[in-house]
Amino acid sequence: MSNPTLYPQNERLVGAERVIFNLYIITALIVFVLMMVLGLAMRMAQGTWIDVPPDLFYMIMTAHGAGMVGVTALASCAVMWFFLRKYVRLNLAIFTANYVLFLIGAVLILGAVFYGGYAGAWTFLYPLPVESQGTWSIASAVVFMFGYLSIGVGFLLFYLDTMRAVIRVYGNLGRALGLQWLFGGEIDKSHPKTVVASTMVMITNSIGTLAGAIALVMSIINAYNPAWVPDALIIKNFIYLFGHMFINATIYMAVIAVYELLPRYTGRGWSISRPFLWAWAISTVMVLTVYPHHMLMDYVMPHWMLVMGQIVSYTSGIPVFVITAYGALTNVHRSGIRWRMPSRLLMLSMFGWSAGIVPAIIDGTIRVNEVMHNTMWVPGHFHFYILLGVLPMCFALMFHVINSRAPTAQSRIGRLLAFNAYLLGGLVFVMMFLAEGRVSVPRRFAVHLPEWISYDQWASGAAIVVIVAMLVFTVQIIRGLLKSGDDADTAHTTG
Amino acid sequence: MVIQTTIWWITIAGLTVVSAAFLYVIARSGKVADAAEVQRGANLIRRWWFWALIVFGVVVAWVTLVPFPIPTQDAALKADQVIEVVGHQWYWDLSESEIKAGSTVEFRVTSEDVNHGFAIYAPDGRIVIQTQAMPGYTNKLLYTFSKPGTYRILCLEYCGVAHHNMETELEVVAANGGM
Repeated sequence: MSNPTLYPQNERLVGAERVIFNLYIITALIVFVLMMVLGLAMRMAQGTWIDVPPDLFYMIMTAHGAGMVGVTALASCAVMWFFLRKYVRLNLAIFTANYVLFLIGAVLILGAVFYGGYAGAWTFLYPLPVESQGTWSIASAVVFMFGYLSIGVGFLLFYLDTMRAVIRVYGNLGRALGLQWLFGGEIDKSHPKTVVASTMVMITNSIGTLAGAIALVMSIINAYNPAWVPDALIIKNFIYLFGHMFINATIYMAVIAVYELLPRYTGRGWSISRPFLWAWAISTVMVLTVYPHHMLMDYVMPHWMLVMGQIVSYTSGIPVFVITAYGALTNVHRSGIRWRMPSRLLMLSMFGWSAGIVPAIIDGTIRVNEVMHNTMWVPGHFHFYILLGVLPMCFALMFHVINSRAPTAQSRIGRLLAFNAYLLGGLVFVMMFLAEGRVSVPRRFAVHLPEWISYDQWASGAAIVVIVAMLVFTVQIIRGLLKSGDDADTAHTTG
Repeated sequence: MVIQTTIWWITIAGLTVVSAAFLYVIARSGKVADAAEVQRGANLIRRWWFWALIVFGVVVAWVTLVPFPIPTQDAALKADQVIEVVGHQWYWDLSESEIKAGSTVEFRVTSEDVNHGFAIYAPDGRIVIQTQAMPGYTNKLLYTFSKPGTYRILCLEYCGVAHHNMETELEVVAANGGM
């Protein structure tokens, strides 16, 4: 098989495309750093290294949660857009509108939190936003929720545009997913993995985002008409369907970078297969039906839904362990891969995702959830696959793009040091969460008992290392993006 | 061994397997081999790997779900004692706070305002059981207290700016009345 081109012509970013892509990436990087600093502030406060009053702690917690989920979605959306536009014709105005609506939403959210004092957590679990015992106003809660609605509208517009574009080329979403090849027939090996993954995301995250919008609208109506009381369990179902779907969609959007880029660095093709299509088809169903694993401690839920939550948590690991991570390892195994920053990050991302779902799947067991739910175990597993999984997927594309503009390796030692610092700092950071889960430390506590503090201090030290590495990444990527060099260099191939 | 320790070591074992697979592939990535040959070998292993995961998952699901760990919610439970629990911002209201060791207690947990998490911490500082406290619903939790001592109740669902202060205690006394 011939070597895939490292920087194909059809990925060139020119004119307005380049400006908008740069805006997405630069915004994402800056917000990542700011949100990491907020996260560090929480860990240092728990570790008694700094004094943060509880009301401010919970405001920071709310901003950190909402900000991190939102900006991870923004960055991974840029990954999906970057690759999907090669196969279908996307509307740049819609992609720009998503960015603008995100910024409007971010301003509303930050204003609600740091001006209005809103501290109802990113999950806006009804009726907490409107029942704060007077610590924040109804208006600030509503502004926060309108911020979410703005971001949600932006993403829905983006998904609708991608659906339109995909249907125009492939006829319908089922064909884009490759459902016609599940039970037989000769698979078109040129069918892009990017189209399969993107189609899965546009279907599932549109549903997830709509579920969130329903919960938000119900909460806003209740805020101004308290006589109308929504059912707390139903709204909780909508919120967790949305929350689970929205954050998981970031993985499915960002993993496109692995499918597209890894084969270019290994020099080996990674073509589509029937198991791959099955994995994405069943993931489409599983990601929408697994959310009850967030509600395993709501005993009044129909028990069949809780069993479904546990079983689907288990089966959700199969596409990762058997198809994507396994496929990536197969692609790299004895390939003579060129270890560059993007390929290192891609490999790290596969590790972070695979390793992170180990504690996640275990926590999806009802018997385990009885002692681990809402302990630090939970942020332990999701930080594992976001910090060491999703973010490295996004960074891989960013470094790939800036390398395409200035192929000569610059600051290679600095990058390598930053990579190793990010990896080691990240590992210690997430393992401290898990270790705290083991000793039943609750999550979302502004104040920790003395026996828990040493974990917080280790985590704070590790977070500082991660942030320093992140700053190096950020400076290098932004400088690279702002270079005026041409985008694609077709002369450079793998091998 | 407490359940948290078992969970921890199972997780460490899983993380070790994943790490070993990645380290092995990274270590051998420079020794180039024919791609088709590598793919053939990988496909063979994948078949076994897939079925091994399926069998493992079925066994674990069966072992952890039978008997079902959550008590039935719409019928009477067999308990020695019933304690009504109501969560408020930011305190717990318990109808009783003393329990005899060895007795099975049914907690009927609800909330007057927002969502709370009713978590029982054993005297050694580990969670033994929990459920949610929700407005408009009552979750019934069944737990047998085998060891005497002071059990703490913490809120595990974020419920506002004094969430971390929302706690109370249960005294589990020896069956003969002593501690």
